[in-house]
Amino acid sequence: MSLQDKDRIFTNIYGFQPWNLKSAQMRGDWDKTKDLMKRGQDAIIEEIKASGLRGRGGAGFPTGLKWSFMPKEPRADRPSFLVINADESEPGSCKDREIIRHDPHKLIEGALIAGFAMRARAAYIYIRGEFIREAETLFAAVQEAYDAGLLGKNAAKSGYDFDVFVHRGAGAYICGEETAMIESLEGKKGQPRLKPPFPAGAGLYGCPTTVNNVESIAVVPTILRRGAPWFSSFGRENNKGTKLFQISGHVNTPCVVEEEMSIPFRELIDKHCGGIRGGWDNLLAVIPGGSSVPLVPAAEIMDAPMDFDGLKAVGSGLGTAAAIVMDKSTDVVQAISRISYFYKHESCGQCTPCREGTGWMWRVMERLRTGDADISEIDTLYDVTKQVEGHTICALGDAAAWPIQGLIKHFRPEIERRIRDNGGVLEAAE
Amino acid sequence: MADAPLIPDEAETRARWGVFAWTAENAEKAKGVIARYPAGRQRSAVMPLLDLAQRQVGAETQTQGWLPVPVIEYVAAQLDMPFMRAYEVASFYTMYNLAPVGRYHVQVCGTTPCLLRGSDDVMAACKNRGMTKGKTTPDGLFTLTEVECMGTCTNAPMVQINDDNYEDLDFDRMAAILDALAAGETPKAGTQIAGRHTSEPEGGPTTLKEMVKANHDYRKEW
Repeated sequence: MSLQDKDRIFTNIYGFQPWNLKSAQMRGDWDKTKDLMKRGQDAIIEEIKASGLRGRGGAGFPTGLKWSFMPKEPRADRPSFLVINADESEPGSCKDREIIRHDPHKLIEGALIAGFAMRARAAYIYIRGEFIREAETLFAAVQEAYDAGLLGKNAAKSGYDFDVFVHRGAGAYICGEETAMIESLEGKKGQPRLKPPFPAGAGLYGCPTTVNNVESIAVVPTILRRGAPWFSSFGRENNKGTKLFQISGHVNTPCVVEEEMSIPFRELIDKHCGGIRGGWDNLLAVIPGGSSVPLVPAAEIMDAPMDFDGLKAVGSGLGTAAAIVMDKSTDVVQAISRISYFYKHESCGQCTPCREGTGWMWRVMERLRTGDADISEIDTLYDVTKQVEGHTICALGDAAAWPIQGLIKHFRPEIERRIRDNGGVLEAAE
Repeated sequence: MADAPLIPDEAETRARWGVFAWTAENAEKAKGVIARYPAGRQRSAVMPLLDLAQRQVGAETQTQGWLPVPVIEYVAAQLDMPFMRAYEVASFYTMYNLAPVGRYHVQVCGTTPCLLRGSDDVMAACKNRGMTKGKTTPDGLFTLTEVECMGTCTNAPMVQINDDNYEDLDFDRMAAILDALAAGETPKAGTQIAGRHTSEPEGGPTTLKEMVKANHDYRKEW
């Protein structure tokens, strides 16, 4: 049983049809939005809670529950804000880009409904700076919505005033962290804030703020139209709904595709990606959720269900559902070392363990890649990743540590082999 | 920070850019940008204004543009914020160039998903056409930078050149793009695989096939 086209939310995900308002309306967007809003704020939040939607940005926090933390009666001098995280920078992830450039009205309608439900005054969509053409589309789509009376005063004739603004980033992965994003929106360096206070208490400009991923917001209108039971009919318990999967690396046809949550990895690849390059026997490992999660060796991932709990069970995570597939031709140490370089490059420099640790870990990884190391250094490296993990303000330190821990856990013999082949110090002494 | 750019000599920069001011069109745009943020929070506009300024410098120098110190001062003054606060934003985010770049800023993605699909070949094509990482070619045409994940992983490997992405590359396709740019042509942006549209599987979508030909409304099947 697999997801049918009629149950796919993002029908124009490949952009075969225009993104503009008129075409989007023909596909069902902005259809009686006013009636959806008429159900009332609490009813919308309850419906989203009942649908089982978990945040699509990586952490998987229940979206409805997050909204319910916002104040029920915002003070006039402290309006609430919705910030939509379109700073998609996680290596492997490329789903929000497709939503923004091909189906932007789903996002904008979702912003209005979600903003209304959490009693926000405005939404800021923070789009990563490198999405230059995508941002042009988004600016134009927002303008279309204003011109059609769907945003602004009395948005969509609902009686509710709501604005949507687009803010472009400028190339900093860390701004995908919610408090760094808020700092960046305020015109500062994107360095994460300590929590608490949480954004729902004091976020953008010190006002109550909720930060949601693009996909989490863009699915909201369809969930409301089709009802929570429809959405929760897909996927396993606690892992409900449909999901945009992004498969890159060594598959025959990499692609973005919307599928049912909990789809087994093998089925996902065989159905949409033309199988693994060189066949299933040639599969080495998969990073199933974007670079921040540990890799999973072939034998364990093949039949794992692609959802939050299923991937947790194999020691990894769903993250953004961005699977990076590696076949046996891969230099797996180099692949992870390149990820270490990424985190070294993107560390914001605020916390010492991360600022110093990411660079140190990368340098050691590079030596392990060539085998120019001592076998005992593998344990030292593992130890340092444990020192970085959990000792930083935001999760970037953890994200830098986990891929290395995953590599050592699953590919230690390969690392040791390289050291020995290179004439490793300990071996030579014997 | 080890690869931080050399900030150009200040006296020369000041002589050239000390008189920087918005063009009439950009002054209008800047006003619109500031209006997106609540009153008294104009500082939020520093990122879009720095980008606008970089683009104006680019238009004046026929390059992708960069941010000389006097230009950053100009933006900071308009937003009533200390220069240092604007400068730290300019130096924190990688898309602001603190030193001049060439006509085309060739930004090759080298992060793991692109690496697995052959970003080394793309980099090799750039080197084959005379580029060096972190440098501008002597004719001022190309600046080569290796960048981190650009969010186009299912169309890897890719390069962003100024405002456009070129995806699904290999050595020859990259070389062809560079040659076209050098010849003053505008190569087609997006995927370079003939027959592939965007991020659907190569050879045609496995889902939503009705959408290829017509704007299908699936609601009737709900």
